[in-house]
Amino acid sequence: MIHFAFPSPPACPEGEALRTEVRAFLEKELADRPPIDRAQSWNGVDAVFSRKLGQRGWLGLTWPKRYGGHERSALERYVLLEELLAAGAPVGAHWIADRQSGPSILRFGTEEQKLAILPRIAAGECFFGIGMSEADTGSDLASVRTRAGRADEGWRVNGAKLWTTNAHHCHYMILFCRTRPVDPDRRHAGLSQFLVDLSRPGITIRPILNLAGERHFNEVVFEDALLPHDAILGQEGDGWKQVTGELAFERSGPERFLSSFTLLVELLRALSPAADERAEIAVGRLGAQLITLRHMSRSVAGMLEAGADPALEAAMVKDLGALVEQEIPEVARDLIADGPPTEASRKLAEVLAYATMHAPSFSLRGGTREILRGIIARGLGLR
Amino acid sequence: MSEIYSPEPQPPGAESAGDMLRAATARVLGDLLTDAARETLADGATTQELWSKLEELGLPSALAPEKFGGFGVPVAEALSLLAVAGEYALPLPLADTMLAGFLLGKAGMEAPSGPLTVAPRAELTIDAGGRATGWAWDVPWGRHARSVVIVAETAGRRVIVAVPQSAAKVETGANVAGDPRDTIRFEAAVVAIAPAPFSLLDVRAAGAATRALMLAGALRAVTAMTTQYAEERKQFGRAIGKFQAIQQSLAVLAGQSASATAAADMAADAVAAWGQVLAPAVAAAKIRCGEAAGTGAAIAHQVHGAIGFTREHRLHHYTRRLWAWRDEYGREAEWARRLGSHLVAAGPAGLWPAITAI
Repeated sequence: MIHFAFPSPPACPEGEALRTEVRAFLEKELADRPPIDRAQSWNGVDAVFSRKLGQRGWLGLTWPKRYGGHERSALERYVLLEELLAAGAPVGAHWIADRQSGPSILRFGTEEQKLAILPRIAAGECFFGIGMSEADTGSDLASVRTRAGRADEGWRVNGAKLWTTNAHHCHYMILFCRTRPVDPDRRHAGLSQFLVDLSRPGITIRPILNLAGERHFNEVVFEDALLPHDAILGQEGDGWKQVTGELAFERSGPERFLSSFTLLVELLRALSPAADERAEIAVGRLGAQLITLRHMSRSVAGMLEAGADPALEAAMVKDLGALVEQEIPEVARDLIADGPPTEASRKLAEVLAYATMHAPSFSLRGGTREILRGIIARGLGLR
Repeated sequence: MSEIYSPEPQPPGAESAGDMLRAATARVLGDLLTDAARETLADGATTQELWSKLEELGLPSALAPEKFGGFGVPVAEALSLLAVAGEYALPLPLADTMLAGFLLGKAGMEAPSGPLTVAPRAELTIDAGGRATGWAWDVPWGRHARSVVIVAETAGRRVIVAVPQSAAKVETGANVAGDPRDTIRFEAAVVAIAPAPFSLLDVRAAGAATRALMLAGALRAVTAMTTQYAEERKQFGRAIGKFQAIQQSLAVLAGQSASATAAADMAADAVAAWGQVLAPAVAAAKIRCGEAAGTGAAIAHQVHGAIGFTREHRLHHYTRRLWAWRDEYGREAEWARRLGSHLVAAGPAGLWPAITAI
């Protein structure tokens, strides 16, 4: 019998204490943040806010104190993240650094790299972008063509990375590229990761507007960009293993089901104090999915904390989470009344438009729906 | 029972008491509920043999208080046995007998022996002499139950009564799986009666939790058998499970099954806690499991093709129960309205705290 289990994570009184603290902080800090800005979820960028979180000790929460971290548990971090996201806090500036770049450096970096970079991330002063996708490399990550070749002074990089969110606000990128030519029999070999200071010569960052007209994406072009010897992260040739090992951390967090949460909040504002039966049923169905996903996602956090490898469970959370994130705008548009416009109805329409335009990305970023389902099928023994 | 369940703390890494109990239950059901046995289940002898085995394990009284014959297994662990029952599409009133013992126990009453049931809906009046008149419909296994437990509000009182089989007239009916769902009528019946120390909504939630667990278990079995079928069935020269279209469908089925399991476990915890969030937590679970049942049954049949649509193939034992159980103790819309109204009442600022309270 195939049995995926999602046991409740152990009780975490420290986490509940932190929740109270975070709610009080956000209520004050975000008092004037309008719904349309909250709707940006983890795309909202505010470096000042990120620094404030750093000052509160809320970045690098689980990392060793020696590297600027706070040695708190993954479950406490989970509480912090879900509270930030549910409130629509602008976490985009530090998001990637705190979620995946920092943990990668912690795991694979040299002592010098850790001491140089992690305390700056934890202070909210150093932001990271992802350097994986390319023009001809989406889901098939091993097909990257960007290349780093050995030179006397270090590594010389040529190629271009695409869809790097907020690269124009970032200090660093973790670059995933080839360091050896493709071996058709071992496509996953000869790939490496580098810590790239984006201010170095030979690196150009160009904007790509998304369909809503915003600049989140960028193309990052490397033209004979020279990286120092010590820019390599982990072992040369181990890039594939290093990248895939982090996916459970990246795929199961609360950001995988809360992207449209602000719209649901605003929908309730429009419906309250009382809703008709049709609206109650629709909201109840969405609520059931969110409540179940939160249980699953917290359970995965508990498994990660316990040192297990819940890669399949994480893929399920992300697949199901994107569905509910995409369903919220579909449900909301059906419940909105076509009455004469008011200030409240205009605001709701604005948030709905935002969610509608961003929904397609929810089942693309961080592993497409089809890739996730392929991973699950592999877990079932079908491939 | 004490040999199987020991409440002593287990050393870390050891199989828990709950694991052992679930394994013992699975063994009994697996041995007795063979495909051949299912065909003869209508014949009373097989049913009686299986029920006796369940009684030997103590399962029907798993939710009763220890002083009334329960064996002190924690409520959430006892409920998890219903997921095992679901994995075998158990055609017996185990959930209903457990639920009856649970409710009677909370009211300080001892459950009669033998199979019991709970009426999901009923109308009831109590006369001055304490005798009960009324009827109940869609009663699971009503014709087989020694007593039918009814919780109702009558003349401003909330009472729990146990109507004995001898006092009930039964009109037989069945759900889509063919399992008995009977109408029972009684007039001036002498019944055991006590004040009910819980609401009608609590009872509905506890019943819905039993169905959520059974649905989750049945979905696990359906996922396993559909995956196996896709590995064995060959078309175009290879196993159909090698085709991406089939793999994607099976991944959806596995995801629905996993999320139903998560939701059902949440419901079991809520019944165990028996507190403020019982109804919202069970609502979320019953909605999720009901939705997953519909999606899951459809995928299972699509992958199985024509053979899965036959009486001969065992898939229908499971899918017909998925369709039946999702309707019992409140369909998705009933619970969604309740949960939605709870969330709307919480308002925009209270929505997130209402979710994290569960």
